[in-house]
Amino acid sequence: MALAIGCRARPGKARDNRTGSWRVFRPIYDDAKCSRCGMCRTICPEGCITEDAEGRFVPDYAYCKGCGLCAAECPKDAIEMKQEEK
Amino acid sequence: MKELRIHGRGGQGSVTAAELIAVAAFEGGVFAQAFPAFGVERRGAPVQAFVRFNDKKIRLRSQIYEPDYIIVQDSTLIKDVNVFFGVKKGGIVIVNTEKAANYEVPEGVRLITIDATSIALKAIGLPITNTSLMGAFAAATGEIAFSALENALNHRFPKELAAKNIEAARLAYNAVKGAA
Amino acid sequence: MMQMLEGSLAVAEAVKMSRPQVVSAYPITPQTHIVEALAEMVANCELDAEYITVENELSALSACVGASAAGSRTYSATTSQGLMLMAEVVFNAAGMRLPIIMSIANRAMGAPLSIWNDMQDSISLRDAGWLQFYAEDNQEATDLHYLAYKVAEDHTIQLPAFVCFDGFILSHTYEPVDMLTQEEVDRFLPKFTPYQRLDAADPISFGMYATPEYYPEFRYEMDKALRRSRDLIAKAGKEFGTLFGRDYSALVEGYRLDDAETAIVTMGSLGGTVKDAIDEMRAEGKRVGQLKIRVYRPFPAEEIAKILSHVKCVVVLDKNISLGSKGAVGLEVRDALYGSGIPVRNVVLGLGGRDVRKRNIREIVTQTEKGVGELFYGLRTEVL
Repeated sequence: MALAIGCRARPGKARDNRTGSWRVFRPIYDDAKCSRCGMCRTICPEGCITEDAEGRFVPDYAYCKGCGLCAAECPKDAIEMKQEEK
Repeated sequence: MKELRIHGRGGQGSVTAAELIAVAAFEGGVFAQAFPAFGVERRGAPVQAFVRFNDKKIRLRSQIYEPDYIIVQDSTLIKDVNVFFGVKKGGIVIVNTEKAANYEVPEGVRLITIDATSIALKAIGLPITNTSLMGAFAAATGEIAFSALENALNHRFPKELAAKNIEAARLAYNAVKGAA
Repeated sequence: MMQMLEGSLAVAEAVKMSRPQVVSAYPITPQTHIVEALAEMVANCELDAEYITVENELSALSACVGASAAGSRTYSATTSQGLMLMAEVVFNAAGMRLPIIMSIANRAMGAPLSIWNDMQDSISLRDAGWLQFYAEDNQEATDLHYLAYKVAEDHTIQLPAFVCFDGFILSHTYEPVDMLTQEEVDRFLPKFTPYQRLDAADPISFGMYATPEYYPEFRYEMDKALRRSRDLIAKAGKEFGTLFGRDYSALVEGYRLDDAETAIVTMGSLGGTVKDAIDEMRAEGKRVGQLKIRVYRPFPAEEIAKILSHVKCVVVLDKNISLGSKGAVGLEVRDALYGSGIPVRNVVLGLGGRDVRKRNIREIVTQTEKGVGELFYGLRTEVL
């Protein structure tokens, strides 16, 4: 890559850093327990949880760091943090 | 002079591991030098930390390119970073993984895998793997005595936390000794 | 007692034992650990000092100027952009003849932003009238603080001093350091007795204006004091050696230089790597030696001319560049050797934290012997 004179750079986004590889624990949703309240999406510091067409909340594992806040805050205890295989 | 390179991610305690290994080595009567190579300062970014061991004063300040020992704190780094780069023949590589030892290390290099994450979860309750890997390092290389590591941990952390970390280090130490 | 310490913590301990009465600093990488440690020492009553928290570096050094003028032993620490923000006050502190000691954990200047090491920061302020010490290892980084206070506060000097050590390479390295005890430090470094100070009962002002009839004389006096400090460094450095076994009386130090044909001139931590490279080259029969500059201001030109008088060629390694000219140390070494006929090659390397290895030093020596090589060493031409 050639140097950009003036140390200039194009705007970048945090999304360029796929932080999912740092994860030690993976959030696993129990669909039967989930009340669709959306607390997990609100609380997620990565903003990586979205609602799908059926109203389920789905984390994007490419970005989820496995912090476990969603599981800690879930009023229905519908999220389990499972250790990743590394 | 022997050299160790530690690969980890920001926040995993690679720099602390280097520090404590050097402190333990110094207690054992050798000169030691520990230093980090920071990339960008954020959690999760790949970082390296280095330790040198020598029987006389260490003057060399460059980073470590041909280590005798390598510790890999996070096996997911292996696909992003050439963690085994430059390791000397007869060297030892310690990888934190729960999988079987199927990484391709250079010829003549001993590969030791250890599930430091599970050990840390069991002993400390957190996936902080550096102290387990220090125990594994002590067992695999003999560069530091376990008692010196214990002293270094006791000195560095409050009593209760130190006890948990020593337990993690001991479990890893015994696991590596047992496998040998 | 030999202790395994991080460079920053060893420096903080040395500062504590120097008993500063006022500390004011603003945290900046890679200086942060020093001031964090000092703030903690003050909070824990281990250090009986006023720690003045400020909004930036300009205020930090301004607070030190006020405190020093009021008659306190003062301390600050900074690096890079922080030092440049202080620049105006850096000059003023020297002009007011206030013996403030400031640690510089050397770091590159932006832009481009770099948190990594070179010496552009402190060297860019070489003309400010401060003494400048450079440490090769953490032992020197700690000891030079005691020496700096002793020399700076002498009534025949009364000038501030930088104690410079390479950011990260020394500041963040754990290595054994022989720490003095408080009793030992007290034996070497007496209580601060200001030559003059602010006193409500007998009011004076510092740093008044000088008309053209007086200004050059003020500058001349500063220059004379800075030159005088050479003898004082030699005296205090010798006393330190007698008391504690580490002699800092020499402003420059040779390593395997006596029969050397090629001399490598270094400042700071690079000296250690160069010494190891020299041992390798010596084993192969190459007559190479090192000259280390420990005191950059006052510049030890006479000492350099004397100690290098027998060599065939000199290569000066500069971790800085006066853009459009050359490395700052190289220029002055050449000036010191003017008329001797000894060729001086200047090499700029290690900028912005670029690692310097033994093999790089060996290659530079080979280049120099062949009379080839550019000012900038080791550029990645593929990105140019």
